[in-house]
Amino acid sequence: MPDETRKLLTIVTEAVLEPDICQTLEDLGASGYTISNARGKGSRGVRDAGWSSSGNIRVEVVCSNNLAQRIAEHMRRHYYDDYAMIIFENDVQVLRPEKFP
Amino acid sequence: MDPVIWFFALGLVAGLAKSDLRMPPAIYDLLTMMLLLAIGLKGGVELAKAPFGGLALQGLAVLSIGFLIPLLIYPVARGLGRFGRADSASLAAHYGSVSVATFAVGVAFLADRNISYDSQMPLFLVLLEVPAIVVGILLARRASTNVRWGKLLHEIFFGKSIVLLVGGLAIGWLAGPEGVMSLKPLFFDLFKGVLALFLLEMGLIAASQAKTLRRNGLFLALFGVLVPVPLAAIGATVGWMIGLSVGGTTLLAVLAGSASYIAAPAAIRIAVPEANPSLSLTASLGVTFPFNIFFGIPIYYAIASMLHGSGA
Repeated sequence: MPDETRKLLTIVTEAVLEPDICQTLEDLGASGYTISNARGKGSRGVRDAGWSSSGNIRVEVVCSNNLAQRIAEHMRRHYYDDYAMIIFENDVQVLRPEKFP
Repeated sequence: MDPVIWFFALGLVAGLAKSDLRMPPAIYDLLTMMLLLAIGLKGGVELAKAPFGGLALQGLAVLSIGFLIPLLIYPVARGLGRFGRADSASLAAHYGSVSVATFAVGVAFLADRNISYDSQMPLFLVLLEVPAIVVGILLARRASTNVRWGKLLHEIFFGKSIVLLVGGLAIGWLAGPEGVMSLKPLFFDLFKGVLALFLLEMGLIAASQAKTLRRNGLFLALFGVLVPVPLAAIGATVGWMIGLSVGGTTLLAVLAGSASYIAAPAAIRIAVPEANPSLSLTASLGVTFPFNIFFGIPIYYAIASMLHGSGA
């Protein structure tokens, strides 16, 4: 039986970064991702999604541990200094491991 | 005062009082689209009626305002405001670019007084949106080369405001006065109502900038109030020199005196990430926009009337 544990990587960041992040995820080899609109408050103030440029997005990626590390590292290097961004990861059990190499 | 402006005041008060009033983002997007298309369509119809002469020269003069304003703002922000290079460049880009909402209020202001304006004004709106953003980015970046211009220019030129304005102009121009008759109820008759709802949300958004304003204090407030009038005077002078009517001169002054809060923030956030986005946005949305719709537009109209020698 194959290992069915994968990482669920969640990135919460500024909506303005959406095209960049999608491109990065594809370049790094993620097989897919899910994006939802989000709002909240953090160290960079209220992100209330009142209109397009003040919104947040939540990007979720299910992938191998190795890829999750590479994505997190890329985000840390390119966005942490100047953008509102948090990243966290969980272990998840997937039902079809072949979808998440 | 035009009743639509009271809707802005209502939003402002509701926001400051922390009311739970909130406009669904999708509706706000729809209202923005309707305003942009209505402005574009109206311009297109007018262009179809009276073919434009000398438009290229006028366009060049208008473009030059877009390049000039950020170069004037940048040293003011650096010298007087003591902001860093990135923040100064960001302010320059925001104030050089234009606000469609302010333009729309200007159009309503003129319509109330039965003053016509030149048909090419929406085209000038488009022309003024872009150059300042490019200049702002260049001011911030100078030597460093890591700006992905291709991607950035795509974003600026194909941003929704330009696509809808130019699209509306093209459709209005192709369809002509008779062709757009069937669209009139939605886009022209409802214009003021849509503008009122839109301004209600703008009031809420402006109120949300109050906190930053309190923190960054006096300079931003003074900057946001004092900068628009001289900029508008430049716009009015150029408008008068290139032979626009009183209405057109007023609107060009409105454009020059307004500050962007959609196109510029998005582009600058990507291209100059180290600039603090709330500084420019607070000045533009929280101070200059309210100033312009309450006081600026009547002042700009007076300046335009004076230049044309017809008295205010």
